[in-house]
Amino acid sequence: MTTVAVLIDHRDGAVTRPSLEALTLARSLGTPVAVWLGESPSADAAAQLGEYGATEVRVVDVADARLAASAAAALGAASDDADVIVVISTFVTKEIVTRLAMTTGAGVVVDAAGAEIVDGKVEALQTVFAATWNVRTRIDADKAIIGVRPNTTQATPADSAGAGTIIDVSVDLPETRERVVSVAPVEQSDGTPLAEAPVVVSGGRGTGGDYTLVSELADLLGGAVGASRDATDEGWISHEHMVGQTGTTVTPALYVACGISGAVHHRGGMQASGTIVAINMDPDAPIFEIADFGVVGSLFDVIPQTIERIKERRGA
Amino acid sequence: MRILVTVKHTPDLQSQRSFTDGRVTRTAEDGTMNELDEYAVEAALQLVEAAGEGEVYALTVGGPDAVAAVRKALQLGVHHALHVSDEAVGGSDVFGTAKVIAAAVNKIHGEAPLDLVITGMAALDGLTSMLPTALAAELDWSQLTLASALSVADGEATIERHLADAHETVSAPLPAVVSVTDELNKPRFPNFKLIMAARKAPVTVWTLEDLGVNAADAGAGASRTTVVDASERPPRADRVKVTDTGDAGTQLADFLIEKGLA
Ligand SMILES: Cc1cc2nc3c(=O)[nH]c(=O)nc-3n(C[C@H](O)[C@H](O)[C@H](O)COP(=O)(O)OP(=O)(O)OC[C@H]3O[C@@H](n4cnc5c(N)ncnc54)[C@H](O)[C@@H]3O)c2cc1C
Ligand SMILES: Nc1ncnc2c1ncn2[C@@H]1O[C@H](COP(=O)(O)O)[C@@H](O)[C@H]1O
Repeated sequence: MTTVAVLIDHRDGAVTRPSLEALTLARSLGTPVAVWLGESPSADAAAQLGEYGATEVRVVDVADARLAASAAAALGAASDDADVIVVISTFVTKEIVTRLAMTTGAGVVVDAAGAEIVDGKVEALQTVFAATWNVRTRIDADKAIIGVRPNTTQATPADSAGAGTIIDVSVDLPETRERVVSVAPVEQSDGTPLAEAPVVVSGGRGTGGDYTLVSELADLLGGAVGASRDATDEGWISHEHMVGQTGTTVTPALYVACGISGAVHHRGGMQASGTIVAINMDPDAPIFEIADFGVVGSLFDVIPQTIERIKERRGA
Repeated sequence: MRILVTVKHTPDLQSQRSFTDGRVTRTAEDGTMNELDEYAVEAALQLVEAAGEGEVYALTVGGPDAVAAVRKALQLGVHHALHVSDEAVGGSDVFGTAKVIAAAVNKIHGEAPLDLVITGMAALDGLTSMLPTALAAELDWSQLTLASALSVADGEATIERHLADAHETVSAPLPAVVSVTDELNKPRFPNFKLIMAARKAPVTVWTLEDLGVNAADAGAGASRTTVVDASERPPRADRVKVTDTGDAGTQLADFLIEKGLA
């Protein structure tokens, strides 16, 4: 049976939801083992990984794996026997797997929306060109690495749980030329990070810089707040909220674009979302070309009414 | 200061992008220099201008049409244009491309040492952002990626990078491969004089043989992945567009509730 190593993403000791999605995907490819970089996980975290199918939790207690080469060495030490490695696709993990592939000869597909085994080889699915094309890529190399996007697999516990046995793995980190001079953590807004959120409500230039309504709708729908580049450039909201080709790519079940024109750079980062809603005063705004539900109107009129109606129907 | 900038020839974002036989369709009409590489060219020009001396090379790897990418770089003011054009390069994956670019970099570096290779943060066709890391590993140089600020002093480069969870400052000795984001600078527009000069400027064309790269180490044959299917997604069906005459907000709420989204 194929061993599938899954690099677990964790925050404050808790396993993130995309990690559970990745484990769920891994189960369909073979037998998952979890790889945990950092201080040993709590018993609860290990149990949860087992519940989602991990037979082992391989812990590499590296104090500092911020540099790609270090993290790649750690992941490599814990995934020696794996034919398939699954990570959650981010700018950081793309660098880690590139380094790992350079030393192992693995074939890599990142930003995948899914994967399956066909005739003994991994085939990965992607949506490209601002989600206008579907591409299926076979990994021919003996070792396959897949970077999956959050929200592309429904996380479900395994029918029969894995043991989730903690195993310590040691590694000698390589010498690196690079030196991390300083790290300033980014203040995380409450709730789910943008990339993982099941709902994203974004505001653009049309908000005029006032995110009150956008935030209120996001809260009501249990989602995160996004923004266009123009809004982050204006300094209305921090860069971490930017959705798009050079910002964060999101694939939530629901994306609501408020006062966003829908430039191709923006669409590239959200067009694969489940349902797309657009509120824009300009009936010719390109965002309407991809909106399942478009409202030609002012967000300042529309959003308050939407919020009120949802509250009313929930109350009823 | 000697800097080489990598520039990729990619389909225009506004064009109808597509696949032919498992490869991105690249045509002369719809192709351009990857927009994100403009920030890399700008960064290189600014460093050389600030140093008061130096040279900037622009390098592209791709078929005959890819020369458009280095011509664009010449229009922006780079001093030398290099084009690796060889049928054997077609269908390369990132690791093959990195090998070829590294061989070209080493050739220039061998003539007189380079301080930096600067790349864009991503090519807007594949958007993988993997090449800069693969190139640094291939060259065995320092790797500084996703720079939203960049400075060079005392034989070291220092960058700032904005990740989802942290802002980092990272330093490394030269020579280094640096990838830059669109937050770093505002790319200049080409001026008339440079546009005219770029038309006539020489472009050095190399084959794999010129670079001493074995044809079996690049191209589709060496690729670790194969596109087995590419198909256009159907447009979204059943789209609704309403014009607000007083109750569109309510209609939107009802739509979300019926869809189970609110
Ligand atoms: C290299 C590069 C990379 C880029 N990367 C990204 C990226 O990753 N993400 C990104 O978003 N952009 C990116 N951009 C910028 C992108 O091209 C657009 O400029 C940007 O997305 C536009 O932002 P916007 O829609 O908020 O503003 P605009 O295009 O100005 O649109 C504002 C919209 O709001 C509407 N409006 C105004 N008032 C109201 C109201 N009261 N109610 C409802 N609607 C209203 C207007 O009709 C208009 O359509 C990039 C650009 C470049 C060159
Ligand atoms: N064929 C190529 N020729 C020149 N530069 C390239 C090529 N492919 C990638 N690059 C460079 O690598 C960067 C990142 O590309 P990628 O990793 O493919 O997203 C681009 O912005 C370019 O600077």
